[in-house]
Amino acid sequence: MTSPLTDAATAVAYFDHAATTPMVPESTATMAEHLQRLGNPSSLHASGRAARRTVEESRESIAQQLGARPADVVFTSGGTEADNIAVKGLYWARRAADPRRRRVLAPATEHHAVLDPLAWLAGSEDADVELVGVDATGRLRVDELRERLERDPQSVALVTCMWANNEVGTIAPIDAVVRLAHMAGIPVHSDAVQALGHVPVDFTRCGLDAMTVTAHKVGGPVGVGALLLRRELDVVPLLHGGGQERDIRSGTMNAPAVAAFAVAVELAVARQAAQAVRLEALRTDLIARVRGIVPDVVVNGDPVPGPEHRLPGIAHLTFPGCEGDSLLMLLDAHGIECSTGSACTAGVPQASHVLLAMGQDEDSARASLRLSLGHTSLAADVDFLIDALPAVYERSRAAGLTGAALR
Amino acid sequence: MKVLAAMSGGVDSAVAAARAVDAGHDVTGIHLALSRNPQSYRTGARGCCSLEDAGDARRVADVLGIPFYVWDMSERFHADVVADFVAEYDAGRTPNPCVRCNERIKFAAVLDRALALGFNAVTTGHYARLVAGRDGVVELHRAVDNDKDQSYVLGVLTQDQLRHAVFPLGDSRKGDVRAEAARRRLAVADKPDSHDICFIADGDTGGFLRQRLGHRPGRVVDQRGTVLVEHDGTVAYTIGQRRGLRLGVPAPDGQPRYVLDIEPVSRTVTVGPREALQVRRLEAVHPRWCDTVPSGPLACTAQLRAHGEPVPATATVLGERIILDLHEPAAGIAPGQAAVLYDGTRVVGSGTIASTAR
Repeated sequence: MTSPLTDAATAVAYFDHAATTPMVPESTATMAEHLQRLGNPSSLHASGRAARRTVEESRESIAQQLGARPADVVFTSGGTEADNIAVKGLYWARRAADPRRRRVLAPATEHHAVLDPLAWLAGSEDADVELVGVDATGRLRVDELRERLERDPQSVALVTCMWANNEVGTIAPIDAVVRLAHMAGIPVHSDAVQALGHVPVDFTRCGLDAMTVTAHKVGGPVGVGALLLRRELDVVPLLHGGGQERDIRSGTMNAPAVAAFAVAVELAVARQAAQAVRLEALRTDLIARVRGIVPDVVVNGDPVPGPEHRLPGIAHLTFPGCEGDSLLMLLDAHGIECSTGSACTAGVPQASHVLLAMGQDEDSARASLRLSLGHTSLAADVDFLIDALPAVYERSRAAGLTGAALR
Repeated sequence: MKVLAAMSGGVDSAVAAARAVDAGHDVTGIHLALSRNPQSYRTGARGCCSLEDAGDARRVADVLGIPFYVWDMSERFHADVVADFVAEYDAGRTPNPCVRCNERIKFAAVLDRALALGFNAVTTGHYARLVAGRDGVVELHRAVDNDKDQSYVLGVLTQDQLRHAVFPLGDSRKGDVRAEAARRRLAVADKPDSHDICFIADGDTGGFLRQRLGHRPGRVVDQRGTVLVEHDGTVAYTIGQRRGLRLGVPAPDGQPRYVLDIEPVSRTVTVGPREALQVRRLEAVHPRWCDTVPSGPLACTAQLRAHGEPVPATATVLGERIILDLHEPAAGIAPGQAAVLYDGTRVVGSGTIASTAR
């Protein structure tokens, strides 16, 4: 197998682990092995039972790693589907039980897999979506959440709050959110896609009612994820069919992907603490050396390290006077792969709604790059970036200064 | 050299990029996102700003093995091309947005950004030829394929812009370009040509303008000032237009009538016989020269609208104005259109038609 890391032949330094991270070999091997096995997990014969056993053992393993009960784990096609089931399914169910429950509260910095279902609920299902403000580091304002909850708790269908922000890496005050919502009897969902594998994640201990995870951010395959959903909670499904996954997610269970997912989660959780230390050190080195080249670089997000504050592997940087777009393109030409961090429409980077919510203006929001580290990141990747950066930065800054900016 | 290929998603720019790669250049493809709301162009869009076109351009770049990015030029495009288009119509003129886009976007904003980012040139799928002239001057010439020639919409480019342009299709015929695209297995080989204004997806220019300018009624009069009919906006009219005038009663002599003049303040549209459309002299402003400014009266041929027949003329440059004496009268000359001056096949320069005289 070829190494996905800095490689002399292709000379690629990968700084986009928050988008997707290389599969761990153990996960790839597990998937390949199970792809050759016959059996629909819902079939009653021996092959079916064997496939079902794979799915259930994987479910038990993932539940154990994430502090959940096996029955809490609903396998999905990934994070977006899990978020959609949680947000729409809980809204529909809670509202069906009490028509007053039309409000949904979420931080303004949510991923589009949550924001867009919320917008759809507002537009088509009569929901009142309230986006709660964040501070300059991107952290949910707990006081504002409290005020909004206390205003009329009977009318709130659910609260959803991402565990770790995918752009700037800021960790949400999940405990406080859960405490406040539960005082009013309101269920809480969290998109923990970016948190898993980077900070400790324990579903039961944090008290969440629903939590989204996905395999391909932790070294598993793309196309499989899970919604952890407390067994006693009622949700209205998006997909109707064969009744698999507690009748919440019909469709033939994807045994090979689920098995590979379980292996990836097991390794990611086992390695999490050591990796956090390693990535934090790499990130510190990266930022210090970038600052040596670009003295006015701004580091976005929470400056304080630790699992209550921010992800260890994300360096979200603003390069004043540059455009993230042009930096990305010039770095790409050097074999350095990163992201502007913001969502794309038709490949067109928009000014990040996360940075705007943090109080930045459009120009500085567009001057940003997200460099995200992961399990294959090495000091050599940072060296490679630092070697290329001076020329890239000069060129990008020149383009910005000559008025050749996109805007 | 490092070449930036502007890829619309159509067949011409695809083959242009492919030829630039074959010529040994280090090519990077870009698609310009020009609509502020690309979703609205999803259905039935034929032009250069739909999501589907961006996807088509991306697939061509994949096949060519070149990097590909989308550049969001929508704000500049809106300000410099769309808003200008609406304002020009509002002023009773007939703008050419493709000319404006080449002048302000493709060979200005895009080219400037490309140069700043380390590229040496921008290549597009325009049908026009660049020829090395005397003293290292780059000359812009008509394309070999007369039906497809786009030198008219490039007539605003200056020497500095031409030096950084690459037009690989100028020596080719459209049919050959399509065949080449098919041979190269580019999926856009049989994609229909775009004819309409790219930012008016449904082709209804009048509706587009009315939506932005509102209901602005006025009168249609004959040359003596007799009111023939009321209209609900001058934007529905272009100098030289004959169809769709809805005058109700025929002219006394039974001859067809044409739009002769549009007066934007009173919103009066004057109609009259074809003879009255004949123009012998016109004034153009906003001159742009491909090389040096002509020193004396210039014998040339003038093309006065897209796909118009060239007319022999003498151009006299008076500072920022060009007086053009046509050696034979031309009909249907609309202020706002470009007057592009040629010496044979070579573009000398251009101006924007400001006024006409018989």
